[in-house]
Amino acid sequence: MATQEVILHPASVVEELKKNNISHVVWLPDSETNFLFQLLDNEPTLDLVPVCREGETMAIAAGLWVGGKRPIVLIQNTGIFEAGDSIRGLGLDVNQPLTMLVGYRGWSRHGLTRDSAARFIEHILHAWGINYYLIETDDDADRISLAIEEAERTSKPVAVLVGTEFGS
Amino acid sequence: MIDNSDAVKLLDSKRDNAVFVATMNANNVHFGLPTVTSNEKLDFPVSGAMSKASDVALGLALAQPDRKVMCLDGDGSLLMNLGAMVTISNKAPKNLVHILFNNKVYAVTGGQPIPGDEQVDWEDMAKSAGYAKVFSFDNLEDMTNGINEALAAVGPVFIHLVVKPEIENTPVQFRTPAKRTVHTAIGDLPETLGVKR
Repeated sequence: MATQEVILHPASVVEELKKNNISHVVWLPDSETNFLFQLLDNEPTLDLVPVCREGETMAIAAGLWVGGKRPIVLIQNTGIFEAGDSIRGLGLDVNQPLTMLVGYRGWSRHGLTRDSAARFIEHILHAWGINYYLIETDDDADRISLAIEEAERTSKPVAVLVGTEFGS
Repeated sequence: MIDNSDAVKLLDSKRDNAVFVATMNANNVHFGLPTVTSNEKLDFPVSGAMSKASDVALGLALAQPDRKVMCLDGDGSLLMNLGAMVTISNKAPKNLVHILFNNKVYAVTGGQPIPGDEQVDWEDMAKSAGYAKVFSFDNLEDMTNGINEALAAVGPVFIHLVVKPEIENTPVQFRTPAKRTVHTAIGDLPETLGVKR
């Protein structure tokens, strides 16, 4: 029996961003989204805005949004913990319709994870009332569109947890 | 040292159609931008996420490349988010002016000294971070004489101002509330900028 390749390809993610006319990707690299970099960097319709610390991303996105652009944030779940004050003050409090792609470090559907970054992230999102979607394969990629639509409809941040390593 | 109110008054007089992204003392309701502004609709007060005014200004500058964006920042704020200086210089928006109000204290929490208040060299810091041009003024006369050159330079520009500390001891909930807030600006600034969703 042939083994089915169950993987999320970066092209599927970039296609979702292009489909939704995303203008800027404000990001700090992480291992879960590493393979996305080359495609993003070579995609002329997307402007990459690298940051030094994740809390910057929501603030830069707020400026881009007020200025008429359509940014998303791409960081790791560890960065969500670091960025709490920005998510609160410049995401939730100002009703920013921000989609956050979040590398789900430590995620596993095959048993317990010892990684506290994975154990805490969904609890943190629940505490803030931030809805989230999980994507693991190309078949899930259209949940990015769902998240973007929900963020705009509700004027709230919405997260997309990227629960797998990318394929190349 | 420069009076906070003199600094914001001079900057406002030079603003043309620039957006001011202002925080902390530079945006104080008693002696900051709200007391002198000549175009409130283009003022973007940033509160609620400490230290992030410079990042908001960067996003706005990238979104509106034909309009000057001036960030009025505080030294305690910028220390919390030093990486933003490199984030800004890396994207290098030509229309961004980052103005640091350096009073060497946490003025809004009672005047405690900021870490490194006597040793941090903000000019060197900005040059090392990669700003295209760096200026520094420690008195109003020099600022008055030099501000045109600073604001005409191709950005990202960093302007270091040595200002007198003006201390607030009143707890936040008992202070005079600002008329224009981050919520006001997010509500009406896009329309003022001609943004069409």
